[in-house]
Amino acid sequence: MARLQVETVINGENKEFLCDANQSMLDVLRDELGLTGTKEGCGTGDCGACSILVDGRLVCSCLMLGVESGGKSVETIEGIAGEEGLHPLQRQFLENAALQCGICTPGFIVASKALLEKNPNPDEETIRYWLAGNLCRCTGYDKIVRAVQDAAAEMSHPA
Amino acid sequence: MESYGYAAPSSVAETVALLASSAEQGQATQILAGGTDVLVQMRSAGHQARTIIDIKSLAETNRLEVNADGIYIGAAIPSAVINETRALQEALPGLLEAADLIGSTQIQGRATICGNLCNASPAGDSIPAMIAAGAVCDIATSSGSRQVPVEDFLVGVGKNALAPGEFLLGLRLPMPSANTKDAYLRFTPRTEMDIAVAGVGVSLTVTDGLCTDARIAIGAVAPTAKLVSAAAEAILGTDLNEAAVHAAGEACKAAASPISDKRGTAEYRRKVVAVLCRRAIGVAKQRIQGS
Repeated sequence: MARLQVETVINGENKEFLCDANQSMLDVLRDELGLTGTKEGCGTGDCGACSILVDGRLVCSCLMLGVESGGKSVETIEGIAGEEGLHPLQRQFLENAALQCGICTPGFIVASKALLEKNPNPDEETIRYWLAGNLCRCTGYDKIVRAVQDAAAEMSHPA
Repeated sequence: MESYGYAAPSSVAETVALLASSAEQGQATQILAGGTDVLVQMRSAGHQARTIIDIKSLAETNRLEVNADGIYIGAAIPSAVINETRALQEALPGLLEAADLIGSTQIQGRATICGNLCNASPAGDSIPAMIAAGAVCDIATSSGSRQVPVEDFLVGVGKNALAPGEFLLGLRLPMPSANTKDAYLRFTPRTEMDIAVAGVGVSLTVTDGLCTDARIAIGAVAPTAKLVSAAAEAILGTDLNEAAVHAAGEACKAAASPISDKRGTAEYRRKVVAVLCRRAIGVAKQRIQGS
């Protein structure tokens, strides 16, 4: 069966790729486009490690077909840092030691960015509910929640 | 071996024609909306390759209308969007709280309540809430469309009433009056990311202190979510006193035919569904008094 040709925008750049009809967006990112920052955890939408933004909406890339990205704007962990350096969330994850093995981290950062765009000053409960679909088996979550709170504070009151 | 195909038709007519031609050629098809169930099923062992028909490019499935004449929620509208729609927050708080219980933020970014309905899990949280709210399925057929109440759309575990060649376009719901409110409660061992042990959806109308209309539906305690008319009858015409509300709960218990599994025994589920019914009536009543 012929592969499907798809045109999309990833992290602000026009991209064109070929994929199979049943190939997930996660597999397209990692295997066709070499964007391996997005991780596969469970592959069934339970763990959030593969979180990406599609037209600004937070989704699991394992539960989306690559072909569905046609005509959409996709943002992955690779697009989070700006030219001037790390995003405040990335910096605060480091400052707070909010990661150990790191597999869940890209998903947490992408999901947290989506939260802060919707709600620049979330309380702890809001953060915990928003991130309930991101699983971390190392940190116990407290440091992650603090990193998001510190990033929110930094972004609303730039030094 | 057959391979997967993908099509994103741009009209209902094209979609129905594609379903028909695929059937003629013996090619299996799969309707795709949010995909949060479909993609997981596609990866399960022994899954047969098929043509995936993405219905998110159709104008009809992207309809989201809330006005005095009624409510329409298209099959492509994800839960995140309905939960952000202020007019729906006011009109159907119970349906929205049910949709908000399904999966994570990421899941809600894609998952649709119409998909939750078509998947027909006994524990699909949005389904009892839809039944309580009086939702009717708008189904595209080869000759046009047909309308089926949600409670009649469910025919078994994982089975819906769609005939070959048909697909769900969206849900029509009546616009609740100012003195009509809905509520959905479920019980799960955890507060998030869990599957209902039992769930109850309620829609009440209270006029001058008396319950003048009611619809009560139960979930996760039978092969399908179901409307419990006896529960509604127990409170109709009453002032929602304790005895009447208790009787409604007992009617839900009597209508339940649950299984025992790791989430709870059949006996426990029967007990819980009665409690949830009483509490959901209380929530809906408070919403009417507060509005």
